[in-house]
Amino acid sequence: MSSMMNDPMILRQIIMDHGEHPRNHELSQDPTYKEKHMASDSCIDDIHVQAKIEDGKIDDVRFDGVACTISTSSTSIMSELLIGKTIEEAREIIKNYRAMIDEKPYDEDLLEEAVAFKNVGKQANRIHCATIGWDGMEALINESEEHHD
Amino acid sequence: MDVQKIREDFPMLKVKSKKGHDLIYFDNAATAFKPYSVIDAVTSYYTKYSVNAHRGDYELGFTVDTLYEEARERVAKFINCEKKEVVFTTGASFGLNQVAYGYAGHILQPGDVILTDEAEHASNYLPWMNIAEQKQAKLEFIPLDEHGMITPEKVREMMSDKVKIVAIAHVTNVLGAEIDIKEITRIVHEYGAIIVVDGAQSAPHMKVDMQDLDCDFFAFSGHKLCGPTGIGVLYGKYELLEVMEPLLLGGGSNARYDMCGNILMKNPPYKFEPGTPPIEATLGMKAAIDYIDNLGMENIHKYEHELRDYMLKKMQSELDNVEIYNANVESSIITFNVKDVFSQDAATYFSDQGISLRSGQHCAKLLMDVLKTPSTLRASLYFYNTKEEVDHFIEVCKSISKESMLDVFF
Repeated sequence: MSSMMNDPMILRQIIMDHGEHPRNHELSQDPTYKEKHMASDSCIDDIHVQAKIEDGKIDDVRFDGVACTISTSSTSIMSELLIGKTIEEAREIIKNYRAMIDEKPYDEDLLEEAVAFKNVGKQANRIHCATIGWDGMEALINESEEHHD
Repeated sequence: MDVQKIREDFPMLKVKSKKGHDLIYFDNAATAFKPYSVIDAVTSYYTKYSVNAHRGDYELGFTVDTLYEEARERVAKFINCEKKEVVFTTGASFGLNQVAYGYAGHILQPGDVILTDEAEHASNYLPWMNIAEQKQAKLEFIPLDEHGMITPEKVREMMSDKVKIVAIAHVTNVLGAEIDIKEITRIVHEYGAIIVVDGAQSAPHMKVDMQDLDCDFFAFSGHKLCGPTGIGVLYGKYELLEVMEPLLLGGGSNARYDMCGNILMKNPPYKFEPGTPPIEATLGMKAAIDYIDNLGMENIHKYEHELRDYMLKKMQSELDNVEIYNANVESSIITFNVKDVFSQDAATYFSDQGISLRSGQHCAKLLMDVLKTPSTLRASLYFYNTKEEVDHFIEVCKSISKESMLDVFF
């Protein structure tokens, strides 16, 4: 996988594909979903992220809103990556994603398609776009654990 | 106007982008670059005077007082009003808030109406929303026409005896449309209401004459007309300034007070200027006004509109991947989108090529209603921009697509 994931053409296609056809891009009316409104104070990105987390497992992730290609695509990839994971696994993936964005060592096998954003730091003002959905998801995970205490 | 010669006055125009591109600055509606004369005025204060204003029992203090009041006199001449009607503020936002809380907050009665519109900048909308709620007054909106304009006819339709305040921009910040404030003021005054004008986008680009407009309050910022940040002006008719309460109290704005709660305020404009002002910025703004008047506001206005026409025609004839939202509006701004590319993604691409544009909602909510888009790109021009810069912009714009906009990340 790693050689393919170093090909800029492939990475570009991944971002475009998720930007144009975002997955899990519809909010649920089911009250068991918890929701975070993530509105950037520095740009137009304004999304809602939902997660259904039960017994330490992420059953579903949804999102919707007005956002640029980078934030739509990164949130879409995040949703696919985290659905079905345990909280522990999800935290590990989020940790590695953040390390990648910060240009620190990370495990690219854990991140799958999310490695498409490894160069986002080249445009420092866009880092927030690549993390806004992930920030929302992490907050939802944190809240789910608080409820268990 | 010899634009090449003018460009020599601006150190920022020699700055290169990280990738070595010449900086093409098309975000002048946000703030303008400063000529050396302004920068020198700012540093001169710190190297030659550097003492407080309105305090001076000594030579330097007296000198600073004199310079500070000369700056007020200069502003008065610039906008054709009396010196005592010029209140120094931190910028247009403060001026508009001062009128909303300090004037409207005292005269509004429950059921009164404040009129504004959906093309306003947040600074000329949020204070009115807040004060309307506090005073149980109603905030009503003048409908925009199909070009996003506020017309005298629409204002007249909305007027009634209940309307006490009308708050509108002289030039709107998203589309750059020039609003007929003179005629609107006449209508507003027929009903005995007052008009508050947000001049942030007009004062840098056109002659603004308080006697001619006859508006009641007019607020603008220094930094958009090549002056420093942190300084602005609130003009008010003197009898209204006398009635208005200051938002802030402190040293320098009171004549005397005692510990029994008696305060005697100074007269306007001084009662609105407590604390130590940004003296260097005030002197810098004076230098900016000198610079602009020396070029001639009519020349500036004419040149900007010629350049904008050039840009508009070129975009319309050479680009098939853009949608322009204000082609029918006289303006120094072009509001547009690149087809299939979200505004912020396009702005990053332009930035990577050295072109500074604004993306987003620009603090105005008219986009969805009139423009039918969640966000736009805004290219706003000033007198130091050139046709060569526009030509380069066109070439860069040609190369943007939903595929190429990701180049900047690889």
